[in-house]
Amino acid sequence: MDILTVFVAAILVNNFVLYYFLGICPFLGVSKKIDSAFSMGMAVTFVMTLTAVASWMINHWILIPFGLDYLQIVSFILVIASLVQLVEMFIRKMSPPLYQALGIYLPLITTNCAIMGLALLAALKDYNFIKTVVFGVGSGLGFTLAIVLMAGIREQLDLADVPKPLKGAGIALIVAGIMALAFSGFSGMIK
Amino acid sequence: MMDVLIPILTMGALALLFSIGLSFAYQKLKVKEDPKVEKINEILPQANCGACGYSGCRAFAEAVANEKAEITGCPVGGEEVSQEIAEIMGTEAETKEKKVARLHCRGSHEAAKNKGNYLGITTCYAAHIIGGNKQCVYGCLGYGDCEKACPFDAIKMGEEGLPIVDEERCTACGQCVEACPRNLFELHPISQNIMVFCRSRDSAAAAKKACKNACIACGICVRACPEAIVMEDNLAVIKDYKKIDPEKIPAIEKCPTDAIGRIKKEENHEG
Repeated sequence: MDILTVFVAAILVNNFVLYYFLGICPFLGVSKKIDSAFSMGMAVTFVMTLTAVASWMINHWILIPFGLDYLQIVSFILVIASLVQLVEMFIRKMSPPLYQALGIYLPLITTNCAIMGLALLAALKDYNFIKTVVFGVGSGLGFTLAIVLMAGIREQLDLADVPKPLKGAGIALIVAGIMALAFSGFSGMIK
Repeated sequence: MMDVLIPILTMGALALLFSIGLSFAYQKLKVKEDPKVEKINEILPQANCGACGYSGCRAFAEAVANEKAEITGCPVGGEEVSQEIAEIMGTEAETKEKKVARLHCRGSHEAAKNKGNYLGITTCYAAHIIGGNKQCVYGCLGYGDCEKACPFDAIKMGEEGLPIVDEERCTACGQCVEACPRNLFELHPISQNIMVFCRSRDSAAAAKKACKNACIACGICVRACPEAIVMEDNLAVIKDYKKIDPEKIPAIEKCPTDAIGRIKKEENHEG
């Protein structure tokens, strides 16, 4: 039951984009088309899951036994950067069209604070291994949900008569704000 | 001592582990890339201005290597770069004339009348929204959005309140064309020496009242050279400058308001 709560909380209640406001760069950058938004979400989910696993292992097997908790940020950066490199090489080899579609945003996952936030939050909440993995998957899916919803809205928005000064990033940020308001309605679901 | 050593060794070991893992993965997952891409990319100016229509120099290099883009597609590098790319690609470069940005307005402080004082945000974009401070709603606003947009420092605001293009530095990247809210810039071949310095579509009386150098649609230039110049909506427009016979230029330059004519030295520097 606990695990389910972690999962739902990660997707809906404490959604990384709309609750913590982490990972806004790809959220705004790759949310113009549903297709590429979905692939981006999948790439982030993938990296998040791996990061959750790797950072848990490093945290519990290396940092805590040696009493090096204060090196969490540094070592997580190392893990994330290496993982993203690996994922990039992998996608480039396996799916050039996806590599093209993700473009600059793929290496930018490295600097995506949502990933870093995931590793740090999991460590902070002291989740066990299973919970950490579930938290990673859930957060990734939550990110995917947010970015796909955003892309859907923005595709419709292209047809709307938006005042000129708000076109582009302006209206995107307003939409993000309204979505965050809507998502705050989930906050009663968990204690 | 151990307090320092342990973290250093741990982090060092982690980093080593990851780098070994990555280099191993790189060997396994290496993608063969066209060596031309790298070579072309080295030649390109690396301004990443996007003037070629691609997201950066690297993307352009890939497109050229895949023969999706023209080898002359980089306006910044100009002829030299095209030649070098042509050598790599094994084809001849057609020489392409350098283009420069030119302003279609002569509404200087002296020539154009103001309708009031504009005290708002000093950008053309902001001024344009509320109509600007000049009577003419087509002319240059003079707040230098183009100067700020130019990545090559080729545009400077002159004392007359109009931007001056340094043609030596201009690379025809088109940023100023985008930046001008009144669409006053256009990219011309550098050899084109005659142009219309006005975009006003006001009636003759209104245009003349607003600016000394406005086109008043009198038609002298059209009569002098009907094969190249036409009158559109109270404004003379050069349809094809190549058709202008150099002998007819003096007749065209009889324009009573100087709205059409040769480009003066002080308006566009040539280096």
